[in-house]
Amino acid sequence: MKSCNMFSRCLAIGLLLISGPLFAQVPDQATPPDALIKMVVTDVMASVKADAEIQKGNIPKIVDLVEKKIVPYTDMRRTTEMAMGPNWKKATPEQQAQLTSEFKNLLIRTYSGALSQLRDQTVQFKALRAAPDDKEVVVKTVVLGRGDPVPLDYRLEKTDKGWKVYDMNIMGVWLVEAYRNQFTNQISQNGVEGLVKFLQDRNKQLATAKPAN
Amino acid sequence: MLCMAVVLVGCASIPAGVEPSPHDPWEPFNRSVFEFNEGLDAYLLKPVVAGYRFVLPEFVRDGIYNFFSNYGDIYNIFYNLLQGKPGYAFNDFMRVAVNTTMGLGGFIDLATPGGLEKHKEDWGQTFGVWGVPAGPYVVLPFFGPSNVRDTFGTVADLESDYLFKYVKDVGLRNSITGLRVINARNTYYEAGDLLDGAAIDKYSFMRDAYIQRRQYQINEGRDDEEPQMPVYENPYQ
Repeated sequence: MKSCNMFSRCLAIGLLLISGPLFAQVPDQATPPDALIKMVVTDVMASVKADAEIQKGNIPKIVDLVEKKIVPYTDMRRTTEMAMGPNWKKATPEQQAQLTSEFKNLLIRTYSGALSQLRDQTVQFKALRAAPDDKEVVVKTVVLGRGDPVPLDYRLEKTDKGWKVYDMNIMGVWLVEAYRNQFTNQISQNGVEGLVKFLQDRNKQLATAKPAN
Repeated sequence: MLCMAVVLVGCASIPAGVEPSPHDPWEPFNRSVFEFNEGLDAYLLKPVVAGYRFVLPEFVRDGIYNFFSNYGDIYNIFYNLLQGKPGYAFNDFMRVAVNTTMGLGGFIDLATPGGLEKHKEDWGQTFGVWGVPAGPYVVLPFFGPSNVRDTFGTVADLESDYLFKYVKDVGLRNSITGLRVINARNTYYEAGDLLDGAAIDKYSFMRDAYIQRRQYQINEGRDDEEPQMPVYENPYQ
């Protein structure tokens, strides 16, 4: 088991060295959505596989990576708005800012946990089906590794600052959709303030929990 | 068994203020079964799986996973034929052929890295493709999230399952079933913890995810497959 891990790690580092220059591309405002996803995902996967600390489950380090390499290409305010639906307008501007930041932290933490489990997976990028003037597209990918393939799709919106991801589909489940009822329930039980507090408490709790592996 | 579970759990109610979901008219009952399953998982299944992970090295667990996955692919050939997806069925056939021979009886999955994608199917999905509506959401004891259609699907899955139904030796059959349960739980050992951390209300999170996922699986592989995007109520429109 150990030697197997070592082998795949060495292999990942080897691949990284060979293909290093390819990963150096950085998306800009004109990058089309499918190319953007490909660049970001390839870059993040390479960074995760090359980093022994991350593989050991050093969550703060992964969170840092996600903040630097993924968050700039997302629109978390939009994600939060959509998950809140009509309740969004009931929130004061301060609450909206709090909700966005707390929900972002919760998602980053979850995503980081998933990234720490990356080992020998590869990502397959599907051809983009969209018209050139589309303002919203879905970029489809499949994560292959041990176990069943995991379809992972990204929903992007065209903004003034380029394409931004605001929703993800994991194995057929849209993230925003999966949070909508949970948000609504929490708000009808404890109000917007209650949801803010719930997210704050959960994030604190997750931050102090010991890493799983 | 089902009666026993119901008696054991008694009646849980919906937490105050929770909006009833149109898909889930039996929510109080479902929530109590959900609690029962959660307890079963926390106190029995998860600790057993933790032991399984401690005792067996990763490559053995992977081999066991691959073996049952290959066995399932034999069924997937038929499900895909029944769903009118001959292309998928042929792909599944090739997976079985490759993995059973070169993959040493299915213990190694060579087909996936070779580009033959796995399609996991079952009776519930097949009924769905035939146009059978899902019906209300149901949480089954032991099996977890389901709906009326998929409950019949699960029964059909078990009835048509060779290893579960037709292996003569009872001891062997029970051992195989036990191993399959552990193997199935093991595949989301880490993901389960992530879900616990991410969920605000795990019950409705799992329900809404299940409903979406089943619809996705049923639509998968259609010719008119356009990226399906849910339409959200935009607070600004």
